[in-house]
Amino acid sequence: MIDWPILTTTTFLPLAGVLAILLVPGEDEGAKRNIRMVALVTTLFTFVLSLFIWGAFDYANPGLQLVETQEWLGGNIGYKMGIDGISMLFVILTTFLMPFCILASWESVQKRVKEYMIAFLVLETLMIGVFCAQDLVLFYVFFEASLLPMFLIIGVWGGKRRVYASYKFFLYTLLGSVLMLIAIMTMYWSAGTTDITALAKYPFASDVQTWLWLAFFASFAVKMPMWPVHTWLPDAHVEAPTAGSVLLAAILLKMGGYGFLRFSVPMFPEASEMFAPMVFTLSIIAIIYTSLVALVQEDIKKLIAYSSVAHMGYVTMGIFTMTEQGIQGALFQMLSHGIVSGALFLCVGVIYDRMHTRDIAAYGGLVNRMPFYAVAFLIFTMANVGLPGTSGFVGEFLTLMGAFEVNTWVALFAATGVILSAAYALFLYRRVVFGALDKESLKSITDLSLREQVILVPLIILTILFGFYPAPILDVTQGSVDALITNYQAAIEAAGHTVQAGAPAVAH
Amino acid sequence: MLFQAIVFLPLIGFLIAGLFGRAIGHKASELVTSTLVVIAALLSWVAFFQIGYGETALVQIEILRWITSGTLDVSWSLRIDTLTVVMLVVVNSVSALVHIYSIGYMHHDPHRSRFFAYLSFFTFAMLSLVTADNLLQMFFGWEGVGVASYLLIGFWYQKPSANAAAMKAFVVNRVGDFGFILGIFGVFVMFDTINLSTIFANAPAVVGVLAHGAEAAATAHGPEVLNFLGYHLDAQSAITVVCLLLFVGAMGKSAQFLLHTWLPDAMEGPTPVSALIHAATMVTAGVFMVARMSPLFELSTTALTVVTIFGATTAFFAATVGLVQNDIKRVIAYSTCSQLGYMFVALGVGAYSVGIFHLFTHAFFKALLFLCAGSVIHAVSDEQDMRRMGGLRKHIPYTYWTMMIGTLALTGVGIPLTYIGFAGFISKDAVIEAAFAGHNPAAQYAFWMTVVAAGLTSFYSWRLTFMTFHGKPRAPVDVMKHVHESPMVMLVPLFLLSVGAIASGMVFKPQFIGDAYDAFWKGALFTGPDNHILHAIHDVPKWVKVSPFVMMAGGFIVAWYFYIRSPETPKRLAAEQEGLYKFLLNKWYIDELYDWIFVRPAMWIGRMLWKKGDGVVIDGCGPDGVAARVQNVTTWVVRLQTGYLYHYAFAMLIGVAALVTWSMFTGVSTGGGAH
Repeated sequence: MIDWPILTTTTFLPLAGVLAILLVPGEDEGAKRNIRMVALVTTLFTFVLSLFIWGAFDYANPGLQLVETQEWLGGNIGYKMGIDGISMLFVILTTFLMPFCILASWESVQKRVKEYMIAFLVLETLMIGVFCAQDLVLFYVFFEASLLPMFLIIGVWGGKRRVYASYKFFLYTLLGSVLMLIAIMTMYWSAGTTDITALAKYPFASDVQTWLWLAFFASFAVKMPMWPVHTWLPDAHVEAPTAGSVLLAAILLKMGGYGFLRFSVPMFPEASEMFAPMVFTLSIIAIIYTSLVALVQEDIKKLIAYSSVAHMGYVTMGIFTMTEQGIQGALFQMLSHGIVSGALFLCVGVIYDRMHTRDIAAYGGLVNRMPFYAVAFLIFTMANVGLPGTSGFVGEFLTLMGAFEVNTWVALFAATGVILSAAYALFLYRRVVFGALDKESLKSITDLSLREQVILVPLIILTILFGFYPAPILDVTQGSVDALITNYQAAIEAAGHTVQAGAPAVAH
Repeated sequence: MLFQAIVFLPLIGFLIAGLFGRAIGHKASELVTSTLVVIAALLSWVAFFQIGYGETALVQIEILRWITSGTLDVSWSLRIDTLTVVMLVVVNSVSALVHIYSIGYMHHDPHRSRFFAYLSFFTFAMLSLVTADNLLQMFFGWEGVGVASYLLIGFWYQKPSANAAAMKAFVVNRVGDFGFILGIFGVFVMFDTINLSTIFANAPAVVGVLAHGAEAAATAHGPEVLNFLGYHLDAQSAITVVCLLLFVGAMGKSAQFLLHTWLPDAMEGPTPVSALIHAATMVTAGVFMVARMSPLFELSTTALTVVTIFGATTAFFAATVGLVQNDIKRVIAYSTCSQLGYMFVALGVGAYSVGIFHLFTHAFFKALLFLCAGSVIHAVSDEQDMRRMGGLRKHIPYTYWTMMIGTLALTGVGIPLTYIGFAGFISKDAVIEAAFAGHNPAAQYAFWMTVVAAGLTSFYSWRLTFMTFHGKPRAPVDVMKHVHESPMVMLVPLFLLSVGAIASGMVFKPQFIGDAYDAFWKGALFTGPDNHILHAIHDVPKWVKVSPFVMMAGGFIVAWYFYIRSPETPKRLAAEQEGLYKFLLNKWYIDELYDWIFVRPAMWIGRMLWKKGDGVVIDGCGPDGVAARVQNVTTWVVRLQTGYLYHYAFAMLIGVAALVTWSMFTGVSTGGGAH
């Protein structure tokens, strides 16, 4: 057992790195290198520390674990941290990906290195905080504050249209968060607590649930992003620096899905049941619509961004099936997508660093000079397509299975994504990697450097490992997902009884 | 360990050649992969006799947990029964010979180690497909061979046509997989498991057919077991739906009519690949799957009828297109397509073992034909157009004679009313007889289609032989000067496959479809109590038994007349019947049709949704619209960029904190008031 506040330590350890970076003197190359080293070491330490969380995780306990509470902001709003099977792996995913982000920025970021690294480390703290917070207000603070560093990363270190992109990103997410804030206040007024565990047990009245659900939905749907509030994502991805895209796709999007599982489903079960058809519809539209849009993209990053939206469609669909397979599949899909989409953006970064263009038409025949790159990119492309034997398959399969159990129409439409994803992903791969290398500008392009290999190889291993042996992830999530579904069904049943009991009463 | 070795040796070969191919060099990669697959092939024959001729009916070996979620519990595990060992023999034997042949054929290629790595990877994926103990592992192998096929078709990645063909193959196969995966879900909803043993054990009870008899089940309407697209299905209809969904998968992989378009294009890959993947093994995966799922298919006459219709149509359609193609490989590709149709006809009329038997013999003679074609292409400096061949008989005699054996086997030469003949004579004629004897509504249609197709098969096969080997050389003089017989490393596989093409039908007939049926299959293929198709085959009229032979002879005579006796006739005929000729030459215009109704609209809709949907509607009403209304937004944003960003960020944080604080204090008073 761990008897010290490991979650708090993990969460705030990156801030110690920030302090260290602030202490690095000078502006010259040496200082930049030191700053990068400090950031890398910090993120590595954080990752190692987070592994202890996994080590201490009790598989048999479906509830909160490693809980830390502290008085904060007067009696009713507390500082409460804790993890369960739903959130734990997101913490690990965050800490795992951070060193890769730092490494990916090693050479490509030369401007304001100090501020850049600080932004990333602060962002790490906030992201871990989101997944550990067990108090609604604390969660909200982390959730909203994580917007800021990303806003800065896009706005300062982004591409040509970074201003437009960061502004769009901000406007969208702000809209959602204002509504969520109002919902949080309402919940507090009626339940008298902001403790998440307590709120999950508090029976909100049906009509209240509806409004609260919609308010939370506004925020999470933007974050996911779900159709039709997804248009910020392609722009944000295109303009963000590589590491920014990685975190955006891998972690920030998952906050939406996590939010659905942490708040919408357990706290507002009746509303969740009521709105499930709407979520299905939006998910299906997202899968088909954005896949078709991805098919015609001319910008590599935009294509992958649209494919992210399609993949998140499986997640939202899976969550609201309220079946074991659906929800576990959604969780798995989120974690797998975190690895795979992160890796895909890193792959784009590799060639962007060399050619400074994301135009698909500017590439072609890379395999001739970059065979290792071609292999890595192929593996992630196949994982994105959901090939069995890669991590991308498990989540897709389970969510579709969950959907089929609930509504075959949903599964039928969503499964068309299986065809469309193959079309757009392989079309991209064909145009970028295959073919003869006859563009003059590409004739001297070099294959993966050692640094890039160090980044991509672990991700390849995980992609394949979780494809063949997903048990490490499924075992962690099993207990909490079981409990989530049991509570949800109990709540729905209870609500059904009240309605039935109420009806004759009215009749009398 | 025997079975694990058979499955995993090719994987080891793949990993060695794939990861270290550069380090150990081409020679070592070729040697390692080929040796391991040859060992696997020899072990497969051991397994074949051990299981097929032994007492053990079924061996199950669990290897690793895979996906567990709720009641879904799937492992990586091997299922070894007679059907499996038949497939093991086919896959590993052909794969081993193709590996060896490729050492010669790919001799000049600078990426040989990659090629051999892919071949071994394919072999592994195919083996995991045929040894699957649950539907999901089958799906893994299914997609795995799809990827291998994608990589091998696109092996010469500098050719745009090869890349296009590779992608087409994968995407069209995915259309089939779409059906397959929905079928798996349907099975899960019905049986609460996707492990084969449990499904097979419960299938009859679920439907209740065996308990009540077929008539009772057809009239009685059972309780709902599956809600599919709003239809409330009882067990009988649910089985039908599930089988049809699975069959969509089979259609994709086995290139059946409507989903066949990828197979001819797949000939862009190196010829050994066409022999292994697109003739002998991968494309038969659909046939295997339907046979494997015979305990389900057997319960649904409707599903079997659909299988029969598609099989018969494909057999006929592909044969007609094969008549006029000029690319030597495309002729054989359409022939493969057509023969796969025969196999589905056999499955469709309930003669599963006949279908598998034809799969087994076809693997030998079709791989032989492809490898011979490869030897021809090799000889004439990579020319594939038969109009620029001819007169090669004397120059490449071994290739000529082995190809002759392949042709005799494919066209089904044998002594009518006896069991003496080439492989195709035994198995293909059994298919045609089974179609005649079949009871389902499409059986007669299938009989006539397959009989006609037998004549067409004979015509295009002999046309190919005559155009390639006979007559005057039509190749340029410098090409003819370099014509040479292939090296032994390529010829030995041809000889071995020739043995299979000659004898595999006669030798294994009793086991597959004859007297030793029960002792050989031991229940690996399921047939219902009313299914007496194998006995019925014996009792078909003599004219039925003779008809494929007559058609074969007819096809031969016409081909001889057209391409030896009077070479002007086909040209005149093509000119006279231009419409029909173009229709066949352009493959019934199905590719054009698909391009017109699927590909272009998808692109067009994608562009519309992007520019108009995302751009005009969503952004226009959303962020951009808002921006346009707030006049100073631009200046505000520009100021952010000039250093005020941090101030803004800080202000935002303060703002959030202020809101929280406010909510806390007001909240406390309200919350307190409530108590």
